[in-house]
Amino acid sequence: MGERITLEDLERLCWLSRLRLSQEEKVAFLGQLNKILDYFERIDEVDVEGIPPTHHVIDLTNVLREDEVEEPQPDEVLELAPRRRGRYILAPRIL
Amino acid sequence: MLPRSAIETREELAGGASVEEYVLSLLERIRREDPKINSFITICDGPAIEAAKALDRKRREGGKLGPLFGLAVAVKDNICTKGVRTTCGSRMLEGFVPPYDATVIRRLKGADAIVIGKTNMDEFAMGSSTENSYFGPTRNPLDPERVAGGSSGGSAAAVASAFAPLALGSDTGGSVRCPASFCSIVGLKPTYGTVSRYGLISYANSLEQIGPMASNIGDCELLFDVIRGYDPRDNTSLPQKRVEIGEGGLRIGVPKEFFMEGVQEAVEKCVRDFLDKMGSLVEVEEISLPSLAYALPTYYIIAMSEASSNLARYDGIRYGLRGEDGSDWNETYCNNRGMGFGQEVKRRIILGTYALSAGYRNRYYIRAQKIRTLIREDFERAFKEFDLIAGPTMPVLPFRIGEKLDPVEVYMCDIETVPANLAGIPAISVPCGMSQGLPVGLQLMAPPFGEELLFRAGRIVEELA
Repeated sequence: MGERITLEDLERLCWLSRLRLSQEEKVAFLGQLNKILDYFERIDEVDVEGIPPTHHVIDLTNVLREDEVEEPQPDEVLELAPRRRGRYILAPRIL
Repeated sequence: MLPRSAIETREELAGGASVEEYVLSLLERIRREDPKINSFITICDGPAIEAAKALDRKRREGGKLGPLFGLAVAVKDNICTKGVRTTCGSRMLEGFVPPYDATVIRRLKGADAIVIGKTNMDEFAMGSSTENSYFGPTRNPLDPERVAGGSSGGSAAAVASAFAPLALGSDTGGSVRCPASFCSIVGLKPTYGTVSRYGLISYANSLEQIGPMASNIGDCELLFDVIRGYDPRDNTSLPQKRVEIGEGGLRIGVPKEFFMEGVQEAVEKCVRDFLDKMGSLVEVEEISLPSLAYALPTYYIIAMSEASSNLARYDGIRYGLRGEDGSDWNETYCNNRGMGFGQEVKRRIILGTYALSAGYRNRYYIRAQKIRTLIREDFERAFKEFDLIAGPTMPVLPFRIGEKLDPVEVYMCDIETVPANLAGIPAISVPCGMSQGLPVGLQLMAPPFGEELLFRAGRIVEELA
């Protein structure tokens, strides 16, 4: 029952995930996430030596199709942006 | 209250009964009853009435009537519907109105069905009780103090409340079967690759399938036959196959691992008694699939890892919730996502990121994928001897709203359902009895493309229950 994730780890994981947590969330999550990881330890009991991983139940190969244009709807897509000016999406400042 | 089946209703509507009146009566029922249940996030009154009028016209003009002619379908709100807001049970998708229909919606419309509304769900399908919805929990129509199950709780509650005879859910680790069991209806998770995921908002793409829900096997099969099929828009869609069903008696294997951990005595007794009853008609034998003991942590590691990647697309810039801009792009993303996602979604994104990060990937993600191989192999071996695998759908009876707060305790609810998703095999939940006045579902699993076997066995369950 060690502390697998420290507050510092949690803050780094939040940065990697681009998530802002409130102070209350951080406190609650620390306990919860460590408890979940304790439960995950159970997989260490399994001998997986020489077992290939299953990434997917279907043997995926590239699925190709003809590059044909079908009903483009740029306006409907652009209208979904919460902030825009004309046909431009307003983005955060870069410079 | 025993509503007519979808099959009977379709016959009446095709025979001349007014589709418009039928839809209006359902909408009136929803308006009256649903405030107590909260099965819908969005009710599609306008488009549904218009579609009904068009179908009435089509019948008058002698057009060819589709297999779901006039039938109302409740659709889980993670399936994109053109022109109808799709929320995924989240605040993150605020203002999102899909500019296209998911393939299953196209298929429904092509079969003359009517989308009556978008149903409540755990946010991004992450949960087993529909309590994680931004739009409040769905209540169980059989006991409104209790949960409807999840994550497709709204769809199950809508069918159980007779708001619609048919519904679509999605099942990543049990999200169709769990609420089907808790609301005493039938729910199928199809073979992976059988139903197109184009237009399904992705949570864990290697595990999830859209599945049909109905009050009986016949209706469930009717809906499944409409939504199944190869779709070039989904790269994981498969050409359809059907497993030949022999005429001989069914052999059912019951893994002892399904009764090992966290299974309530009341559930175990109900399911075992039922299997004994079935034993007079089919061969039932206890077996062991040792890898199932590790299915739950394996599932959660894989599902969270895939979720952390799939949900990276929500930035609040192109669509969805956008708050105050930060001083740069990254801060803006952090703000939008921190505000838009609920707690369970955040926990899963963070743990998925952890399981995939340098130094932990082999320990968690890759190890889980290796155990996934063992689980698949255990099922393959079992299906050489048995036609079907059976056990409880849920380890517990429907619990009270607010009763389970600890994440691990909630995850344990999925212990019986996740193996089918890991193995990609079809599984169905069929009501098999009541315990303490609450419904218990029997879960049946078949080899890939063995849905017909599930329906055949499901009919036996229906007759005995």
